[in-house]
Amino acid sequence: MHRVYLDNNATTPVLPEVFEAMRPYFGEHFGNASSIHHHGQETRAAVESARESVAGLLGCSASEVIFTSGGTESDNLAIAGLVEAGDHVITSGIEHHAVLHAAKNLEQIGCEVTVLPADGRGLVDPNDVKRALRQATKLITVMMANNETGVLQPVEEIGKLAAEAEVLFHTDAVQAAGKVPIDVNRMHCHALSISGHKLHGPQGTGALFLKKGTQLHPLFHGGRHERSRRAGTENVPGIVGLGKAAKLASESFNNGAIERLAAMRDRLQRVVLSCIEGTTVNGDGAPRVPNTANIRFDDIEGESLVIALDLKGLAVSTGAACSSGAIEPSHVLIALGLRPEQARASIRFSLGKQTTEEDIDFAIQLLPETVARLRELSPAYKKQTIST
Amino acid sequence: MPWSEIPKLTTETIAVAMSGGVDSSTVAAMLRAEGHSVIGLTMQLWNQRRLAGRDGMPESVQGRCCSLDDVYDARRVAQHIGIPYYVVNHEDSFERDVIRPFISEYLSGRTPIPCSLCNNHLKFEQLQLVARQIGAERVATGHYARVAFDASRQRWFLKRPADHSKDQTYFLFGLTQEQLSRTLFPLGDMTKPEVRECARRHGLALAEKPDSQEICFVPGGDYKRFIDAYLAEQGESLPDTAGELVTTNGEVIGEHAGVHNFTVGQRKGLGVATGSPLYVIQISGADKQVVVGNDEHLYSRTLRARRVNLISLAEIREPMRVSVKIRHRHEPAPAIIENTGEDEILVTFDQPQRAITPGQAAVFYDGDIVVGGGWIS
Repeated sequence: MHRVYLDNNATTPVLPEVFEAMRPYFGEHFGNASSIHHHGQETRAAVESARESVAGLLGCSASEVIFTSGGTESDNLAIAGLVEAGDHVITSGIEHHAVLHAAKNLEQIGCEVTVLPADGRGLVDPNDVKRALRQATKLITVMMANNETGVLQPVEEIGKLAAEAEVLFHTDAVQAAGKVPIDVNRMHCHALSISGHKLHGPQGTGALFLKKGTQLHPLFHGGRHERSRRAGTENVPGIVGLGKAAKLASESFNNGAIERLAAMRDRLQRVVLSCIEGTTVNGDGAPRVPNTANIRFDDIEGESLVIALDLKGLAVSTGAACSSGAIEPSHVLIALGLRPEQARASIRFSLGKQTTEEDIDFAIQLLPETVARLRELSPAYKKQTIST
Repeated sequence: MPWSEIPKLTTETIAVAMSGGVDSSTVAAMLRAEGHSVIGLTMQLWNQRRLAGRDGMPESVQGRCCSLDDVYDARRVAQHIGIPYYVVNHEDSFERDVIRPFISEYLSGRTPIPCSLCNNHLKFEQLQLVARQIGAERVATGHYARVAFDASRQRWFLKRPADHSKDQTYFLFGLTQEQLSRTLFPLGDMTKPEVRECARRHGLALAEKPDSQEICFVPGGDYKRFIDAYLAEQGESLPDTAGELVTTNGEVIGEHAGVHNFTVGQRKGLGVATGSPLYVIQISGADKQVVVGNDEHLYSRTLRARRVNLISLAEIREPMRVSVKIRHRHEPAPAIIENTGEDEILVTFDQPQRAITPGQAAVFYDGDIVVGGGWIS
């Protein structure tokens, strides 16, 4: 079956160049990067070179990059590692669960957590951040780009507020890295999370930027890896892959790749909105990353649409999967003020570097008939068409 | 066109309702082997973790419907036989259409059957809808029952399965003609040992998995704890349904803590000691009375069934001789059914029946054919 993948916010395929860069580190270059001999020196060099590539993507120095197992670990390391019992933390209701649940978990050690709302466009208001600041506030954590809507948050303004209030600022940039340029200095952030597999690197890799001089309690205790901030033998092939992916991501801002992505996303969105009635872009009107379109199809069950499309070869997604694999109404879309049935009627299309114009054609061809079929059988849609 | 008229040799897209048990897994494997395009669907109906550890509910949630273990098993079967598989979330409607009525029935002094509600509202309504939306016109389940189109009456029939000991038609009496026309019961002609043998033949790892018995969302069968925990979670207080324990002569012999603690025919837990064994004869939700008496008081010749669904015929014009089953483990008893009003049927048994229980279903059989059924009022 011909298959098209438009779920790149869930994960991205490892690019061939990335895979080639990783390959020697599974066999030929196998040393433990902490070993003093030749084998260790080889892999140490590869790890540090990857660190420089990641630093290049984030606009920081290499010593400020900590390699982790992924976005979730980076978020947890930043949040649990920067906060102490009794501190106050500010976050938002549209964060990924890796941040939201990590922050909520702090309540168990006597921290207070303020969860800020988002407006109808999916934006967190910096004024809300300002109002939430207190004497005890230790950390603000607000994401750079939302995973479901793609909406870019006003992180520079929030960073400025944090700097003025002398509060630490962490941002989850997992969905922003590789899609929009990142400069940690402009954002005034102390910590920033990225994930390898969201930017065509391997799964199980990630990094945390930690501003020089920021005190951090490590999550893991063991050897003195990563300057005693993350114990455990480095995942060398993974780190090499992440480094290569970061390098390619940096280059994509100068070679037209991002503009191509944006043009395809815009075409998909335009055609869907004009060909299918009762469609709305969630987060429209706010700045967004160039690869994401979260579209609401009134009166359908998004879950059924995702399955129907999958059976026809198109991979898209809705909400977040719970542990059984069933779909729960998205807490992000609910935070935007959508009713549960509207949240359930929303589908996320996310493009990647390997998305082609033909892929978009395929989606555009498939969607109208599939949505029509679902609506034909939708009790809500029937009721509405009879009453109008 | 009824499905029975479609040539048998064609293959079609069929959705299988997979619970992670042997029966539905075998159905999926059989249909796949027959060459159909099969889609596995599991309904996520209840979050077993939701009330775990609350108000005396057990912490452990393993080994029941909607537990992760069952989803895991269903998914592994789907992978093994090579079919697409999805979990669909219907927790909202399950809570509205099954959990809520289950609780309010108990609090009104009746003894509900959540499985029938789940079949009517979820498995044969919502799941059929999802199946059609994703391109499968029919849904197969692992129920032990048979479905067939009767050309002479132009109606879909529901029939008891070959293996009467596994008969599940009692829980399926609410199915409409439309629902039956979109249903497949591939196990209807098989016995349980045959199903297990078939599962083994298809290499299914769960061929020896034990059957589930209890109500899927009530751990250990302790429905009182479930009601307490659910209401506490909802921030609702348990309505005070405490009242008097009276004899059949109207003599007050004690008090009880709430009508939902009782079911007709119950002997234990009455809290009174007398010479001869006492049973619950009747529960009156309105005046919160629980009537107790001797075994002989439990017998009755008539019942009224309401919210009736007829299957093998469109209406009952004149009194009809049938067999009637009044609970899952009850041998259908000869009776006459007749229409006595709008959506009400009077059942008169040849012999008095023990412990006719409001809230349970009365299902009417003509031999193996399910005529219809209703809720005992």
